[in-house]
Formats: sequence, C-alpha cells, structure tokens
Amino acid sequence: MLVKIRGMSFSRGHRPIFDNVDMDIHRGKVTAIMGPSGTGKTTLLKLIGGQLKPDAGTIYVDGHDVHRLSVKELYKLRRRLMGMLFQSGALLTDLNVFDNVAFPLREHTKLPESVIRHLVLLKLQAVGLRGARDLMPGELSGGMARRVALARAIALDPQMIMYDEPFTGQDPISMGVLVKLIHDMNDALGLTSIVVSHDVHETASISDYIYVISAGKVVEHGSPDKLKLSGSAWVKQFMNGLADGPVPFHYQAEPLLNDLMGFKS
Amino acid sequence: MSIFQKLGQFTLDAFARTGRGTQFLSQVLLGLPSVLMRPTLLIRQLFMVGVQTLLIILVAGLFVGMVLALQAYIVLVDFGAEESISLMVSLSILRELGPVFTGLLFAGRAGSALTAEIGLMKSTEQLSGMEMMAVNPMKYVIGPRFLAGVISVPLLTLIFMAIAILGGYFVATELLGLYEGVFWSQMQAKVDFYEDLVNGIIKSLVFGFVVVWISVFEGYDCVPTSEGLGQATTRSVVHGSLAVLGLDFVLTAIMFNV
Repeated sequence: MLVKIRGMSFSRGHRPIFDNVDMDIHRGKVTAIMGPSGTGKTTLLKLIGGQLKPDAGTIYVDGHDVHRLSVKELYKLRRRLMGMLFQSGALLTDLNVFDNVAFPLREHTKLPESVIRHLVLLKLQAVGLRGARDLMPGELSGGMARRVALARAIALDPQMIMYDEPFTGQDPISMGVLVKLIHDMNDALGLTSIVVSHDVHETASISDYIYVISAGKVVEHGSPDKLKLSGSAWVKQFMNGLADGPVPFHYQAEPLLNDLMGFKS
Repeated sequence: MSIFQKLGQFTLDAFARTGRGTQFLSQVLLGLPSVLMRPTLLIRQLFMVGVQTLLIILVAGLFVGMVLALQAYIVLVDFGAEESISLMVSLSILRELGPVFTGLLFAGRAGSALTAEIGLMKSTEQLSGMEMMAVNPMKYVIGPRFLAGVISVPLLTLIFMAIAILGGYFVATELLGLYEGVFWSQMQAKVDFYEDLVNGIIKSLVFGFVVVWISVFEGYDCVPTSEGLGQATTRSVVHGSLAVLGLDFVLTAIMFNV
C-alpha cells in the first residue's frame, strides 16, 4: 500500500470538505477518485502531497506520516516519490517545452547537459511531443500542455503520479490520447496512479479501483464493475450521468408558484 | 453588518495580513543564501526589475531636476541669490526627492509587475507545481525577485539623483545663464557627503526593502482569481507608495534631528 488515509478531516473556514475519510491506494494500480465538482477532489491531492494539512487524521505515504515530516523531509519525499499533473498543466510560462521537462532534472540532479538532453527527449517521445520541444507553453493546446506536464512529472521517475482532472475540457481525440497515456504509463513504468476526475466513463475504463466521494464522505468504493452494479441511487445517478435523482435538478428554492405570485411561505 | 462589525473585521484582516507578511518575509530572508548560490536567476531578475525601470527613472529624474532649477530661480532671483540654485536643487534631490521619487516610480513600474507576475504564477498553479516538484518557490521565484529589487532601488536612486542634478545644471547654465563654476562650487561647498548623500541612500535602501516586500507579498498572497489579482496589484502600488511617503517622514525626522 502506497498511500493510507485514516480518519482524515479537513475544512475550509466553516465549510467541512472531508469528514473522517479512510482510503487506501495500492501500489501499481490506477485508483480513481470521483465525485461531483466542488467536493474537494483537488484538495485531497494537495493533502496527500503535503501542501495542505488535515484538521484531524493521518495520511501515510510510503509509510511516512506526510504531515509530521519536516519541510526538508517532505521535499525529499516529493522528489523521490511523487509527481503531480495539475489541471492547467502548471508549466513554467517563461521556459519552453524542453526546459520545462528539464527543469526538475536540472534542479535535483547534477547530470551533465548531454545526459539531460537525452532524458528529456526520451520523456517527450513517450508523450509524443518530441517535435514540440522548442514551443513555448503559450503556443500549446490544452491537451498538449498536459502531455508536456506529464513528461515533466515523470522526469524524475517517481513511483506515484497524481492526476488532477486530466480530462476536463479536452476534445475527444486529446481525451483519448490522455486516457491511453495514463494507462500505458502506469503499466510500462510500474507507477501508482491517482486520477481525480468526474469524467466517469474515461476514468472507469482505465482504473482498477474507484472511490466515489460526496459531501465529505466516501459514498462507495470498489472496482469499476462493482460500482456500476451499486445499489445506491446516488451512485447510480452519478455513474450514469442522470439529470435528476437523489441530487435534484433544481437548486433548493421556494415552490415556483410562490415565487412568481410573490407569496411568502 | 453594522459599522462596528465592519471595523472589527477590517482590523482583524489587517493584523492577519501583517502576520502573514512577516512570516513570508522571514521565509524569504531564510532562502536568500541559496539565491546567492544561483546568480543566473538573480542576474535575470536584476535585468527585469532594475534595468527595465531605468528609462522611466532617467526621464523622470531629468525633468524633476529641470523643473526644480526653474522654480528655485523664480524664488531666489528676488533675493539676488540665484547662485544658490545648485544648492536648492542638489539638497532637495539628495535628501528627499531622489529616494522618494524612485521609490514611488519603482512601486508603480516594477512593483506592480512583480505582483502581477507572481500572482499569475500562483493562479496558474505554477507555484504549487514547483512545490510538488520539490522546488521551493521561495528560493526559485520569490527570493531572486526580492533581492533584485532590494539591490536595484538604491542604484536607481543614485542614477535618479545624478541625472536630476544634471538636468538642473543644464537649465541653470544654458537657460538661465548662470556661470557653471558657481553652480558646482556652491554644491561642493555646502553639500555634505554623510549628512546628505548617505542619508539619501539609507532612505532608498529602506524604501526599496519595503516596496519590494509589499509587492512580492501581495502577489504571493493574492486570491488566485482575475479579480483577486487586480486587487492585489492595486494594493501593491497603493500600499507601496503610501509606505514610501510615510517612512520618508519618519526617516527625515530621525536623520535631521527635528
């Protein structure tokens, strides 16, 4: 088990985001974390990465309690273990594609420039963008930016990659490319992947295990097949993308007639 | 909210911000040794922050000096004391206008750009991204910019002073017909190196430190939305300028024993 979350609670201001959550992320598997927008899926990744601190509970990564490490140890853990793919790609806008992928290598290793060049070209080849090495981030499409970010995330050969909404806002082709990449990377490099997403079908097609979270709780977890057969009406609505169900179509409001006629209830 | 609640909220926010700012500053200062180990980053920022502010400093300095000489002439000629133009120009430039003007211009030109750049890096997750790549943004992004600003402001101030005095010299001799030997000898006789020039440089060091601190902090602390970024940039310029003016009063009071 690479990541173990126990009894974790977290709140922003007075709004609880997570309430006593338990989760396990197994090595070598693709684990998906799904849930409606605004349920704190990205927050969860930041908690695992140690960028945020939970109010209660513990998060173990590779046996280390992330929030008890000193800053130095935390950075070492991130360098050794974690890669993260942000929704926007988070490429450094003043560096071109090549330098972006080379960035972690130059920061953390003393490799000679010729070796770095080889490594960067290989990583770019893996995401199919070796030819785009001289472009600036502003010249890339959203899907390409995410692929470059993926090449950068695997530059230091981490054991685990966290994907934050990798499919959001992608056209069908780049979506397909990303789905394939995440799956292939995981198998070829023996990675552990955590995919946060609400694109149910794409995510379910590549994940080994799924956690569905809503309103701060894990509502359901299991293999994709098990989830599709879930008895919970809410999970059914979510997995099938139905407009109405336990989550009502209408935001909570007075009855329409009252509103229109100016009645006070 | 009642007015008292608003006042209370405002006060609490102000204190919280001051606390975050101080914490931020201590982290930046702790990261400075490793900034010095990476001179390329620093040199790049010295160019962005310092060299790119040079033009506005030169133009503003020239005109301030020229206008000052004109005004000095108008007042002094009535007393037949127009030989003292150089004294009035140089003393007001060295003691007050040089550091204050440079501080204000720097806050407007470079400070706002620093806030906007760092704020945008925050809202596009570049800072988080660096943290997750185990690169400390305090050392890679904030530190070089902070140090570059702190180094630039005193140098820009010196340049401002020099060009302003030259502007005054040009107006006094060419336009108003003052004998140039009089211009320089008056200055030489009455302007004190420590009392006037060094004090001016100390002021510029303080202004530079505070203005750069405010601008990098506002960028780092901004709410990562377009609205938040706009507010942070405005705050950076307004607070930076007010800090320069307020501190100038305090420093003048201390330095000249009034």
